[in-house]
Amino acid sequence: MRDYLFILLGAALVNNVVLVRFLGLCPFMGVSNKIDSALGMGMATTFVLTLAVAASWLLEHYLLAPLGIEFLRILAFILVIAALVQFTEMFVRKASPTLHQVLGIYLPLITTNCAVFGMALLNVQQKHDFLSSLLYGCGSALGFTLVMVLFAGIRERLALASVPATFAGAPIAFIAAGLLALAFMGFAGLPAH
Amino acid sequence: MIVAMTTLTGLGLLLGLLLSLAARVFQTPGNALCEEITELLPGVNCGQCGYPGCAAASEALVAGGASPALCPPGGAVLARTLAARLGRTLDAAGGPPLLAEIDESLCIGCAHCGKRCATDAIIGAPKQIHAVFQEACTGCGLCVEVCPTECLQLRPQKPTFESWCWPKPALVGV
Repeated sequence: MRDYLFILLGAALVNNVVLVRFLGLCPFMGVSNKIDSALGMGMATTFVLTLAVAASWLLEHYLLAPLGIEFLRILAFILVIAALVQFTEMFVRKASPTLHQVLGIYLPLITTNCAVFGMALLNVQQKHDFLSSLLYGCGSALGFTLVMVLFAGIRERLALASVPATFAGAPIAFIAAGLLALAFMGFAGLPAH
Repeated sequence: MIVAMTTLTGLGLLLGLLLSLAARVFQTPGNALCEEITELLPGVNCGQCGYPGCAAASEALVAGGASPALCPPGGAVLARTLAARLGRTLDAAGGPPLLAEIDESLCIGCAHCGKRCATDAIIGAPKQIHAVFQEACTGCGLCVEVCPTECLQLRPQKPTFESWCWPKPALVGV
């Protein structure tokens, strides 16, 4: 139980997917203008990442490993994750149009997000079992959501602040991201699993 | 080699099949009238009607929240077509269509207008006098905003059989 908690916390904070591993930086910069959209993106990513990690674990252990074709991992993972996201989008559009309006526009964006794919590959590398993989994926997605919302909040305040003209817009956002990453380095003191 | 190829091909085929089945099963019926109205609209998504794009405008039209005369690029012709299709009355007849025109004596060839044009109706290279290709112009007015010398203006065009309408009766004896 303790181990699982460590995996979850470690993935969310210590090895934060955005600020420590530097994966999924495009949505981190692109969709963090408003807290609402950052939260939507985070929730959609959490959903997709958990599903993708489960699917890729099953694929790795029941198809690629028994057949001895692990070298096709990257290709097969991309195929399955993309198909899964597409399927989910169709299902959500049918089942709940409101949810589709909230999450739907972000789903196709996430299909090729390197964070999703990176987590699937890291799980294989670290030889996690199924439950650990799931927790690892879910934890890192929660960490992603946390960072997105934090950063969106900072940017919303930055938009109102009087920033020197040279730094206005993207430059000050990058500086803020750097400071946030430094702050997250503080979590490295927590026992990493 | 053979195993790898067959596995990946099989995986791709299986997923493709599943997705196409899912597309059939989870098909959401779109509104046929909505699609028809979207076809009628110019489709340049200029946003002058106040809706984010022509698809959103057609939804508002079908829902009844928008006036058939909402589309400046479409002009009076489109307003009449929409009103007839939706069975609604048109409040004002509207004047002749306005299209962009360039005053050659003022054009400095800055090429800003061509980049804004959604329908590629403005011809002309940088530092050359530009011209508006009237058949392609929808009169959306996006180019007018960026012209630094105000040589680009929307001007009324000669009425055609399609766009001509009865002039308003003038008051006599005033």
